[in-house]
Amino acid sequence: MIDYLIDPAHWTGSDAIGVLIVQHLVYTGIALLVAALIGVPIGLYVGHTGKGTFLIAGVANALRALPTLGLVILLVLIIAPVFASELAFVVPSLIVLVLLAVPPIMTNTYAGIRAVDASAVDAAVGMGYRPLKVLFAVQVPCALPLILSGFRGATLQVISTATIAAYVSLGGLGRLIIDGRAQNDYDQMMVGAVLVALLALLVDLGIGLIGRFAVSPGLTRRRIRSATRPTTPRPTTPSPASSALVAP
Amino acid sequence: MRTRSVITLTALAAAAALALTACSGGGDPLSADAPATPADGIIVGSADFPESQLLATIYAQALDAAGIDATTKLNIGSREVYIPALLDGSINLLPEYSGATLSYLNKESEATAPDEVNTALGEALPDGISMLTPSDAQDSDVLAVTRATADKYNLKTIEDLAAHAGDMVLGGPPEWKTRHEGVLGLEEVYGATFKEFRTLDVGGPLTISALTNGQIDAADLYSTSPAIEENDFVSLVDNKNLFRAQNIVPIIAEDQATDEVTKVLDAISAALTTEDLITMNGRLANEESIDDVAADWLAEHDLS
Repeated sequence: MIDYLIDPAHWTGSDAIGVLIVQHLVYTGIALLVAALIGVPIGLYVGHTGKGTFLIAGVANALRALPTLGLVILLVLIIAPVFASELAFVVPSLIVLVLLAVPPIMTNTYAGIRAVDASAVDAAVGMGYRPLKVLFAVQVPCALPLILSGFRGATLQVISTATIAAYVSLGGLGRLIIDGRAQNDYDQMMVGAVLVALLALLVDLGIGLIGRFAVSPGLTRRRIRSATRPTTPRPTTPSPASSALVAP
Repeated sequence: MRTRSVITLTALAAAAALALTACSGGGDPLSADAPATPADGIIVGSADFPESQLLATIYAQALDAAGIDATTKLNIGSREVYIPALLDGSINLLPEYSGATLSYLNKESEATAPDEVNTALGEALPDGISMLTPSDAQDSDVLAVTRATADKYNLKTIEDLAAHAGDMVLGGPPEWKTRHEGVLGLEEVYGATFKEFRTLDVGGPLTISALTNGQIDAADLYSTSPAIEENDFVSLVDNKNLFRAQNIVPIIAEDQATDEVTKVLDAISAALTTEDLITMNGRLANEESIDDVAADWLAEHDLS
């Protein structure tokens, strides 16, 4: 397997390992972007208003059960007459990857918004915030850890499933796996599989790093006060100003 | 707490026992022990496309009808996968295509006509494997284009295509990238270097759809494909014989080739024609079951 990686012939040409990695990341990126555009607004709406929670869970579970490889081939056969170019393969692959990525993003956004401390929302409403401002100024920042974890889950799934794009003649690291199997070149297959796993790990770490900077420090250092234990006021030393008032 | 530790210990002991059973009595489940006698049953393998599966099923059903125990292991994969399976004994009979097998076993061979190929194949087969009588039926790779493309460039042969290949996209299975009867051979023999190669399936729905809808300009199909007539494709003539003769021939492990087995398989090879294959492929494409189509053909030819 190391020999395969070192061989310079595998790093040049249209099937170069570098090119395949970039293609893989492009498919993943576009799929996640579209999935976020669909999943986040729905999750925010359902989390904020509380309406449609049953629907969101049902849809998310149904989408998770999709057989991705079969669906890709079916969509290619259906969509191919519409496009004369490579799009006939790209669009079905992206559709399937988006369908795969939407459930984790949608459900985690919804769960994150629901899990926001009710008193924080209450305080915001009490200060006169309108609903949209409550959502974006209070609920979203508080829900950010869960939303990001939804992204991490979705990214992991999409990176590992984007290998199916190679089945319908596209690029990506799946190319190494499928060609390796057909040509009985197991080194090639191993390299493909290992690179997919490494890529998934690296991107996952990257999102974790983003979370470290994006999430408010107040959330991560939050201490939870028990509701039953009464808070005792700390004894205060009298300040010079107040004692000046008391003194005759 | 006593109960907890008893339960934990029992669970650990059970897990350890399971793990230990895996260590003992291993050995390679795929390895053949002593040379298997026909009484142990013939295992018929096939490649991963319907026609190969159909031929394997025909062999198996005919052997069964003659009282010889036969099972099938269909859909193994491409030649690069199932020939090693034949060599190591996981299967002992398969329907092969004379020319392609020859290319696989002997890359240097120059034989292209049916008789040459048959002779060369007999010599190229490794020890312990032999071929029975080939059939007249052939199923060769064919480079197909749409009627529109053929009219546009006035194409009748692959040689005509070579001049325009630089503007065209070729579609085929992943094996074609490294096979002589593929991208490499088209360059060497015809000087045809295509603009791009799209990896699809083995002349299946993806390839046919891509050719019909313009994602590829030339496709690797097989000559008995019903799609060629249905979609009015033009099969380009292989005038320089890159795609050599592909007679259907049973390849069998020598120790399984008893007189009874040979008689059954020779009868099949004698009765099989290319037209039969085209008809049967048409039926398979209409989603009839492989077993039914095989049984019907055998019944027609009194071999069941």
